[in-house]
Amino acid sequence: MRLPCPHCGIRDIREFDYMGHALALERPAPDAGAAVWDDYVHNRENPAGETRDLWYHGLGCGAWLVVHRNTVTHEVYGAQLARDVKGAGQ
Amino acid sequence: MRFSGFRILKEGLTGNKGWRPHWRDPEPKAEYDIVIIGGGGHGLSTAYYLAKEHGLRNIAVLEKGYIGGGNVGRNTTIVRANYNLPGNSEFYSHSLKLWEGLEQDLNYNVMMSQRGVLNLFHSDGQRDYAARRANSMINQGDDAQLLDREAVRRMVPFLDFDNLRFPVFGGLYHARGGTARHDAVAWGYARGADQRGVDLLQNCEVTGIDVENGRVRGVQTSRGPIRAKKVAMVVAGRSSQVAALAGMRLPIESHILQAFVTEGLKPLIDHVVTFGMGHFYISQSDKGGLVFGGDLDFYASYAARGNLPMAEHVMEAAMTLMPAIGKARVLRSWGGIMDMSPDGSPIIDKTDIEGLYLNCGWCYGGFKAVPGSGHCFAHLIAQDRPHPAATRLRLDRFRTGRGLMDEEGTGAQHNLH
Repeated sequence: MRLPCPHCGIRDIREFDYMGHALALERPAPDAGAAVWDDYVHNRENPAGETRDLWYHGLGCGAWLVVHRNTVTHEVYGAQLARDVKGAGQ
Repeated sequence: MRFSGFRILKEGLTGNKGWRPHWRDPEPKAEYDIVIIGGGGHGLSTAYYLAKEHGLRNIAVLEKGYIGGGNVGRNTTIVRANYNLPGNSEFYSHSLKLWEGLEQDLNYNVMMSQRGVLNLFHSDGQRDYAARRANSMINQGDDAQLLDREAVRRMVPFLDFDNLRFPVFGGLYHARGGTARHDAVAWGYARGADQRGVDLLQNCEVTGIDVENGRVRGVQTSRGPIRAKKVAMVVAGRSSQVAALAGMRLPIESHILQAFVTEGLKPLIDHVVTFGMGHFYISQSDKGGLVFGGDLDFYASYAARGNLPMAEHVMEAAMTLMPAIGKARVLRSWGGIMDMSPDGSPIIDKTDIEGLYLNCGWCYGGFKAVPGSGHCFAHLIAQDRPHPAATRLRLDRFRTGRGLMDEEGTGAQHNLH
């Protein structure tokens, strides 16, 4: 698998660390309650198919990316900077 | 049909014309007392023990593919009970005891081979941990021996003991561990369940779970609707998808674990050997192939095949530990889809929906758990209370934080196991 880093272009997967589902960008409010936090920390949709997850370009530019890819075929559709995705959501 | 030495002799002398299929291929009935979703090792053993231990007969196992076609045929066949923490410790101990009587119980040759599992350590710190783990195993009633470097050398002389970075300091030896033939385990349980009246329905994919007023009523399948008083989900590898049919979200992320096999070689490795400083473990199959594997590919995937970086890492670790393996040629590699739970330990529990039961989260430990998982899950389904060996495998331990079983000590979060 190779990932398209918006800064660096298409790079080998070895340069990246997987940081889990992009759900992490939707952190609940501190007072959201135990059930919401439990769901956020532990439970996952875990799709078989298209997903969006976080990758850290540790051996490259150091950016966090949201990668849109397929968990069944390993096809990669695209990537955005997590900073931009999170900014757009707020 | 019973297997025996006499029977094999007789069939051999009469052209092997007397063998019959090991199980029926029945049509689905409109209703069962218990429907088990998933005809893998765990689902089949659950059905077998429901029939054998609890006297239940009106049971169906629903398999979307064919018996033995899932993860039960995609593992590295290792059996062991060398866990450190309460919860896992008593459960895998229970499972190993069932393994030890399994062939007689099933009247089926699963090629159970207690050849011993040797976990190597390469530093003083690792030796301390191995001693602690060995004591945990002995306290559980299982066997463990701490071997020094020379004892390990006598056992497996072909390792690179003086490797500059990772010299071998010794090993934790678990003599009752070993391997079993994975396909035969699935077939043996399938045959045993079928003989006790369980319907094994293959090519029967569950497309919906019917819930009314908080109680399960049955399932929708590719072979029509089936009503059921109780429904058990035991589909590690696809747990999130099946649970979603009942509106549940699970603490599971699916990852790929790769394995490899070389061409057949003369006997070389008598035990199961694990490297303590890289992701590599190895045994030799009865056919002669060196069967080895490593760690997860470390990103969510259902591809049932791995990527190159982990394959390279496993090969590098193999060459570091036993340079002789460089002369062997790798025939095949494959990947199994692992149900990874946040703490790396399994779940056998009821759900909030009455009559719906959950068995998932086997991480990389599913094969050795096959007898224990089925035995404990059958107990839970039949009696609505957990088996004593599985009381800690609770679904709510992540929510409450009580009773987490984090063997690696890395924290009970996804991406850390």
